Amino acid sequence: MRRKPFPWHIVVFLAPAVLIYTLFMIYPMLASLKFSLYQTLDDGRQVFVGLGNYIKLLTDPNWKEPFWNAFWNNVVFFIIHMSLQNPIGLFLAVLLASNIRGAWIYRTIIFTPTILSVVLIGFAWKLILSPTWGIWFPLLDRLGLGDNEVAIALLGNESSALITLSLISVWQNIGIPMMLFLAALIRIPNELIEAAQVDGANSWRIFWRIQFPLIIPTVGIVAILTFIGNFNAFDLIYATQGALAGPNFSTDIMGTFFFRTFFGFQLRPGDPNMGATVAGMMLLIILTGVLIYLYGWQRRMEEVQF
Amino acid sequence: MTGSRYRWLRFFKAGGIHVTLLAYSALVLFPILLVFMNSFKDQMAIFGEPLAPPTPETFSVDGYKTLFEVANFQHYFLNSLIVTTVSLVLIVFLGAMAGWALAEYEFKLNTFMAIYLALGIMVPIRLGTVGILRLMADWHLVNTLTALILVYTAMGLPLSIFILSRFFAQLPPDFKDAARIDGASEYRIFTLVLPLVRPALGTVAAISMIPVWNDLWFPLILAPSEKTKTIVLGAQVFLGQFLNDWQAVLAALSLAMIPAILLYMLFSKQLIRGLTAGAVK
Repeated sequence: MRRKPFPWHIVVFLAPAVLIYTLFMIYPMLASLKFSLYQTLDDGRQVFVGLGNYIKLLTDPNWKEPFWNAFWNNVVFFIIHMSLQNPIGLFLAVLLASNIRGAWIYRTIIFTPTILSVVLIGFAWKLILSPTWGIWFPLLDRLGLGDNEVAIALLGNESSALITLSLISVWQNIGIPMMLFLAALIRIPNELIEAAQVDGANSWRIFWRIQFPLIIPTVGIVAILTFIGNFNAFDLIYATQGALAGPNFSTDIMGTFFFRTFFGFQLRPGDPNMGATVAGMMLLIILTGVLIYLYGWQRRMEEVQF
Repeated sequence: MTGSRYRWLRFFKAGGIHVTLLAYSALVLFPILLVFMNSFKDQMAIFGEPLAPPTPETFSVDGYKTLFEVANFQHYFLNSLIVTTVSLVLIVFLGAMAGWALAEYEFKLNTFMAIYLALGIMVPIRLGTVGILRLMADWHLVNTLTALILVYTAMGLPLSIFILSRFFAQLPPDFKDAARIDGASEYRIFTLVLPLVRPALGTVAAISMIPVWNDLWFPLILAPSEKTKTIVLGAQVFLGQFLNDWQAVLAALSLAMIPAILLYMLFSKQLIRGLTAGAVK
């Protein structure tokens, strides 16, 4: 009996992608995780400390305070995206899916900020909200807030900076949920909606009874993508507030905390081991979200569908 | 009677939708147009009449002059272009090869490979930065465009493979079988099917382009030297240095936005078709 020849072509097709992906994504990720279990001594030697760095991050007063500050700021950042970006994105998608003329023009315009660099968008908004330019002072005057210190410098106050940055991020990224929801809405057969219209259902009823139930899988996808994106965000804060995520760390999120820990700031030198530890915690947070999505949400969806 | 009432209702509804979408479009365009407009005005007019378009009296390109004297934006642009183009070619072509293998051949590790490669869709590559920087330092690739290209290729491949393997799986088998009977090699068959998924290749390129072109993190960490700055990092550094020269800052923002907007106009069809065709599921 002749054995089948070894399928070299499969190896040739897969090898380049698998090699690059393994070398520059998987291996560094594992190396970073391993690195988070070590400490570097003054003479450059690496000593294994187990979960010591993680314990330090969560219990040492020097570490736990900035860590939890960044974590909770990130939670606020995420909640604002979930409660504004995704519902408004869905609302716009419903409007765009209603067969109006020129829908593609609106769609193209509203998606524009999403394709621009966060650095440029962040900086443009920083200028617009700058008290030096004062471009929106007339509006404040009309609202009776002309003397309100917080309203004058939204990015300069601890109480308003994080919310303002979250809103800028919502403004920029709304195109993503909008497109994903639009894609799901377009896939709903027209006959379903027409039949409901013939039966006298209004748009509100059609949305809640037909459209929304059918796009629930997309709601889950949008939520998990928002979660991953938010807990990995960095550029916007760095571009507008700098690595120190001012004022007084009130806009510090996991990404900026990771950057500062790894590279150091002001007088504190960078610490690659602790940087890797922060990255490890971010990985844990993101994986927790992904697992909740896969096992909590998607499995339940399958039960509903079949 | 009821027919005309229905028509009026529809008319008002459509009107309401247009007003809402127009208002939202204005909210989207306002900051971008404001920056563009003011980048062509003198300092006095920028602060005096921020909402007015430039007039012959207030027109000024001093900001752009400063920009070209101080920063090497042409060079940054070229770096971005090289990094993005090479990364995209690798992401699309290597992604198509791997996607084809997963979709076409049955082999022992197929499912494992598919899951292994899909991990990168969910896990952000940034979290491996400590490892990536050490690797690049060991290989003397810090401050080279090669480092960026390799990282972006690794970053883009998972989604590319995932989308393309689904497209390859949908191809009718007759065509491939006919080619096999004619004695075509597997490599030859791949080159024959590749044109059949051309729209999907365009979609993958368009979707992968945005995060590569716009990234700040990896240029900042792996290639911050003057020689290798990308346009986003170049703009970021310039904006930080010229904080108080509003003309220059506005000019830098405008100039850095233009290539992305042009690319968007060129590729918006592929991009939007890709997103709305449910390519990202």
